Amino acid sequence: MVKTFFRKFFKKFNPFNKKANLKVGLYGPPNGGKSTLANRICMDWLGEEMSSVSHISHETREIKIKEQVTIKNKKGKELMFSLVDTPGIATKIDYEEFLKKGIKRTEAKKRAKEATKGVIDAIKWLDNMDFVVVVLDATKDPYSQVNITIIGNLQARNIPVLIAANKVDLNKASIDAIKAAFPQYEVVGISAKYGKNVEDFYDNLFKLVN
Amino acid sequence: MVTFQFVPYQDIEALTSAKRINKLLNIVKGDRIVIMEGRLRKEEEADLIEITMEEIGSKFRGIELSVIYPDKTKLDAMQKLRSMFTNMILGDRQGLTIIGPASIVKRIEKDPDKIELFTKDNVNSPRYRGKRKNK
Ligand SMILES: Nc1nc2c(ncn2[C@@H]2O[C@H](COP(=O)(O)OP(=O)(O)OP(=O)(O)O)[C@@H](O)[C@H]2O)c(=O)[nH]1
Ligand SMILES: [Mg+2]
Repeated sequence: MVKTFFRKFFKKFNPFNKKANLKVGLYGPPNGGKSTLANRICMDWLGEEMSSVSHISHETREIKIKEQVTIKNKKGKELMFSLVDTPGIATKIDYEEFLKKGIKRTEAKKRAKEATKGVIDAIKWLDNMDFVVVVLDATKDPYSQVNITIIGNLQARNIPVLIAANKVDLNKASIDAIKAAFPQYEVVGISAKYGKNVEDFYDNLFKLVN
Repeated sequence: MVTFQFVPYQDIEALTSAKRINKLLNIVKGDRIVIMEGRLRKEEEADLIEITMEEIGSKFRGIELSVIYPDKTKLDAMQKLRSMFTNMILGDRQGLTIIGPASIVKRIEKDPDKIELFTKDNVNSPRYRGKRKNK
């Protein structure tokens, strides 16, 4: 607690730190497309990817940071931040899913173990974030307790939140369902995979930070 | 047989966050479903997830967490739950928190009418046996 306070305090008032050290975190349940969005952002502005993507949950099991990501808006204004891709937060680890999707038993055990650590790290890192993009799969019911817990904890920590309703390229996707579930937040529909509406996403990111 | 354990608010009211979470998690690890009066604080929910992750192993695969609010659309479900625990008075704390072993709670959340059915469910159901074999 005290440590967090001092860290926050120095981050705010250290003149050398300024905005260069802003941390923008990507949070959400597993498989929502956080890493796909992280790669999209990094490809768009740095020309390289930063994370590994998979259809199997818990692909990201460690915090990944890309420093000095600079994005520009139409007016030429720049925004520099560290982009933090986090492991998906879950209340359970579906070991059987790993097996079903073709991962070998020993490998699946290792993945499950690492996944539990990843979830813990993602939660611990909440305190380090300045802004958070919550990435939700818009084809899924947004009203899950994990989503509510993540957003509730961000709110309790006074961290500004933008919700990315991802996978809008799919027929089943419903941005409205997410808007209805979290009416107090800005929701932007995107397809991280196909780059749909990302301009709108960047605009919203600017708005969030400024 | 799936067993439920009702946790009245006054049972956990005086506990510290850590003790409260441990109490709930111990019930779940004993293969019972917690039906708690009221809600955890947001930070406690995050702590609950962290501690759950620490305890996951070959036997315990995690939890399902769900809060039922007594809003209009869910009133029926609330009424059902209340009548199930007629002799336990619900306080004015809003909502019921359901925490259980991962596989079971999701189904209840989707269809609270099924609660009775699940209490009659037993380990010999094909679904359950199927899961067991995979372990
Ligand atoms: N159709 C569609 N699929 C997407 C989109 N974004 C991501 N996906 C797919 O969703 C799956 C999960 O993507 P990831 O980026 O690995 O998801 P994540 O949130 O990082 O998942 P974890 O690391 O497990 O927490 C992959 O199969 C992606 O290809 C999208 O916009 N549209
Ligand atoms: Mg990922």
